[in-house]
Amino acid sequence: MTTRPAHLTPSLILLVGLGGAAGTGARYALTSAVPPVDGGWPTATFVENLVGAFLLGLLLELLVRRGPESSGTRRLRLALGTGVLGGFTTFSTLAIEVERLGAAGHVGTGLAYGLVSVVLGFLAALLGVLAGARHHSWRAARLRLDPDVAGPVGPTAAGGVEEDAR
Amino acid sequence: MITLLVLLFGGLGASTRFVVDGSIRGRWARVFPLATVTINVTGSLLIGLLNGAHLFHGFGSPWFTAVTTGFCGGYTTFSTAMVETVRLVQAGERGVAVANALGTLVLCVAAASAGVGLMWLTGR
Repeated sequence: MTTRPAHLTPSLILLVGLGGAAGTGARYALTSAVPPVDGGWPTATFVENLVGAFLLGLLLELLVRRGPESSGTRRLRLALGTGVLGGFTTFSTLAIEVERLGAAGHVGTGLAYGLVSVVLGFLAALLGVLAGARHHSWRAARLRLDPDVAGPVGPTAAGGVEEDAR
Repeated sequence: MITLLVLLFGGLGASTRFVVDGSIRGRWARVFPLATVTINVTGSLLIGLLNGAHLFHGFGSPWFTAVTTGFCGGYTTFSTAMVETVRLVQAGERGVAVANALGTLVLCVAAASAGVGLMWLTGR
């Protein structure tokens, strides 16, 4: 069991599927609420992708800064990151929207939509990563200043006890 | 009914991505995120084929919405592609980062167009 890779573990595949269903459902609800206009900018997909990119950057940076991954934080990463946010964002819809805009003669809009999505998507993910890093250093500084909140600090303190408590 | 199908296929798509991603990562040790690119390009080809089937062969809802919005949407991922691009920049691989972001966009649009085109050809 423990030697089996994550992507071949049935319970983890199911966990990603449940998260993916939730993320896809949220995307479907949002896109239905803001339906695309013929020849217009696909606002719903655009916003979903940017929000999802920011949140995934934030989530992964927060988790990675907690140190070595426990089985609990791995499940959190797979359910929320790989599942919910992976399902909430979509590259295939983006691609077909660019293709449909081009096929309908709106080549400029299609090209702009694709390029702006990728450039702003990169910046959104970067912003998420930076926000996660900032939150971590802020929290770490606060814990160092207030030992009552932090409990024992340093490599010799606590040892494995705190690790198990997670 | 249609919402349930979208949820079901969305979950199926995300699980498929997880398995495909892990399988490719296990065989690919280079810095270029081949797994996510492969997933996004194959998912875009599939959504192109489905849209072509919708346009030229009368393939309609609710299955059309379930497999495009649900499966293709859950299978492909924009957020992971963008975070991986950020990680490449952080690792000093700026050229690879630009190639990844723009390359994925170009390949996905090309794949979606090819899918629609293939269905157009078979629909005549």
